Amino acid sequence: MIPTSYYVALSAVLFGIGVIGVLTRRNTLVVFMSIELMLNAGNLSLVAFAFARQDLAGQMMVFFTIVVAAAEVAVGLALLVQIFRTRATTNIDDVNLLKG
Amino acid sequence: MEIVIFSITALLAITGAVAMVVSKNAVHSALFLLLNFGAIAVLYLMLYSPFLFVIQLIVYAGAILVLFLFVVMLLGAENDETQGDALRRTTPVAVGFGIVLIGLMVAVALRGAATPVVTTAPDFGNSFAIAQALFTTYLLPFEITAMVILAALIGVVVLHIQEKRSA
Repeated sequence: MIPTSYYVALSAVLFGIGVIGVLTRRNTLVVFMSIELMLNAGNLSLVAFAFARQDLAGQMMVFFTIVVAAAEVAVGLALLVQIFRTRATTNIDDVNLLKG
Repeated sequence: MEIVIFSITALLAITGAVAMVVSKNAVHSALFLLLNFGAIAVLYLMLYSPFLFVIQLIVYAGAILVLFLFVVMLLGAENDETQGDALRRTTPVAVGFGIVLIGLMVAVALRGAATPVVTTAPDFGNSFAIAQALFTTYLLPFEITAMVILAALIGVVVLHIQEKRSA
């Protein structure tokens, strides 16, 4: 039996790697992938808690998270394609029109 | 035995995540993300959630990843990252803070409650129990997901409408 804390620790490591990816990479697509990584880390700890408490609520929550994540990816990638059409870049630093 | 499988899978997940962040080519990043998603799917299986295992493989490893690969290749954004710009100097700081964050979170996680005394019910997480919960307790959220997906669908179509400019 694996302790729940191991799963939560693994999820924390994956989340942290996602944070580092968002902070250091400049390619919008890779930043987006890092965000997906963080979502997955959150899902993993939810499933671990659901197993620890023998409660299906955690698994249901992950199911709904995955649905929202799929919708989010579809809209987000459409936005990226539109940004590429108007500004011909995928570098996040070149998209600074709103910068004060 | 179980700890061996967990260790290998966890190692694969972390390797995939680190390689995804580090690799210069965005297509390689997407493929390393696939490795990570697969490893997480195996962890779901170990946590007695076969339903989420299948969903993870179909939705994440199937749909979302194909969408990522498609957009990366469509935009030709494989290597679109200028080197030596102003942000390069702050990268070590960001990595340092990220490692501190990981250390803190892992420390808190490992301080948590010890191994729970879990006696897994034989029907925990099987498709019957999932379906019963989904269509009774969580019926309203389940129907709201239909609206979420419809909103995303309309949003994507609206974003992709090409306005005919009368020039």
